[in-house]
Amino acid sequence: MSQTIPQQPIEYNMKVVRQFTVMTIIWGIVGMALGVLIAAQLVWPELNFNTPWLTYSRLRPLHTNAVIFAFGTSALFATSYYVVQKTCKVSLFSDKLAAFTFWGWQAVILAAVITLPLGLTSSKEYAELEWPIDILIAVVWIAYLIVFFGTLAIRKTSHIYVANWFYGGFIVVIAMLHIVNSMAIPVSFTKSYSIYSGAADAMIQWWYGHNAVGFLLTAGFLGMMYYFVPKQAERPVYSYRLSVVHFWALITLYIWAGPHHLHYTALPDWTQSVGMVMSVILFVPSWGGMINGIMTLSGAWHKLRTDPILRFLIVSLSFYGMSTFEGPMMAIKSVNALSHYTDWTVGHVHSGALGWVAMITIGSMYYLVPRLFNQKEIHSTKLVNVHFWLHTIGVVFYIVSMWISGVMQGLMWRATNSDGTLTYSFVESVEASYPFWTGRFIGGVFIVIGMLLMAYNCYQTIRAGRRETAAGNVVQTA
Amino acid sequence: MDYGTWRGVFSLIILAIFIAIVVWAFSRRTKKQFDEAANSIFEDESSIDKSDKPESKKDE
Repeated sequence: MSQTIPQQPIEYNMKVVRQFTVMTIIWGIVGMALGVLIAAQLVWPELNFNTPWLTYSRLRPLHTNAVIFAFGTSALFATSYYVVQKTCKVSLFSDKLAAFTFWGWQAVILAAVITLPLGLTSSKEYAELEWPIDILIAVVWIAYLIVFFGTLAIRKTSHIYVANWFYGGFIVVIAMLHIVNSMAIPVSFTKSYSIYSGAADAMIQWWYGHNAVGFLLTAGFLGMMYYFVPKQAERPVYSYRLSVVHFWALITLYIWAGPHHLHYTALPDWTQSVGMVMSVILFVPSWGGMINGIMTLSGAWHKLRTDPILRFLIVSLSFYGMSTFEGPMMAIKSVNALSHYTDWTVGHVHSGALGWVAMITIGSMYYLVPRLFNQKEIHSTKLVNVHFWLHTIGVVFYIVSMWISGVMQGLMWRATNSDGTLTYSFVESVEASYPFWTGRFIGGVFIVIGMLLMAYNCYQTIRAGRRETAAGNVVQTA
Repeated sequence: MDYGTWRGVFSLIILAIFIAIVVWAFSRRTKKQFDEAANSIFEDESSIDKSDKPESKKDE
């Protein structure tokens, strides 16, 4: 489908955007349903059915890969291809390469779905995939980089809109992180060993790990925020100046925060302190960006009452503000001594992933789907509203459960008797966690039901669009 | 210049560049260009239906 504007018709490549959009929704359901399954396994261990492929240890990396790289990254592909074309007023640099990124990326995900349950893993968190898949990821990512920056290079506008800066930063840094962290020496087709060792390996891993959060799950989605929030609110961003400073501050600071994952380990003490200080400073650009997004609505707050899509987008920013306040706090060594290795960390990650990343994505998808499939609006705004409440309640249920169990675990693990022995055995803290793990499971069920409603709603929208296109009645979409 | 000193100088250079970016971003000269950029995402819609054109919002 080509979209035309009366005066100067621009033929955009919306095919690849549509493909990634549909896969975002499908992988979202798969990834989150897997999360619910492993959450249930923690409460009812029988749910692994005594099958090695279904054990928690193998499904957990599949869950994280599915939500980050299948759901989140598909959403970033879809929206970045959409935004870069719309804001540069030009079609993608290369349709063939763009198609290659779609099929290549789906192949990566499929390979993950097969290899991770088989137990094939490099054991690096969020970089578990073995070396042949890593090479495919690198090739696809460089193709993505060429398509995105090629499109910027042939743009018809003089200014590069701020959303593209965030997308561009995310694409470049992820290429760098992935290639450096995945350096390994293969010993067979399915097994390799990292070229780094000891504390250096740990530091490289968390330089990668934290910047996967900082650039993939933050900078990329901020690109989404800077386009879809103003569009849905029908107002320009609160301060464009602030957005420029936001970009440079965020990318220069984030890269240093990784060591906070390695407090009180063999990592040199000064490195831990640098990581802690940089993480605390990071609070400033994070909140600058959040305020910029939320204040875009200033003078139009009433829209939140009637528009559930806008509500998704704005509440995602509230969760972003919450988790970027919590993050710097948890990076402080003394707080980390309590929080690390407990469910608090899991809660923090999910307040970011389900609150910020998923909600901004869902909002953007509800914006995109009707526009991509020749419809004026989504099939049912009422269902969007139901989804919003299911998702919000689910996330709150999830993170509150994890906060309580996390603090409880931290306190139980550090409690000592007057003679210096530990008050509680580890298994006692596991036993005490069961009610909260059940709470998390319930929160997850809410979220997955919401996602299923979304799939139905989008399916109906797409079907209506197809029907009208078949009847030759093409609605002009922006 | 040894390794450690160079790292220190490098940090100061980055800091100076960052301050320059802030001064540039908030300078009067960029205001018009930034306002246009902020509103540029609405251009495609305004060409379809002029009545839908959102009001341009003032920055200050």
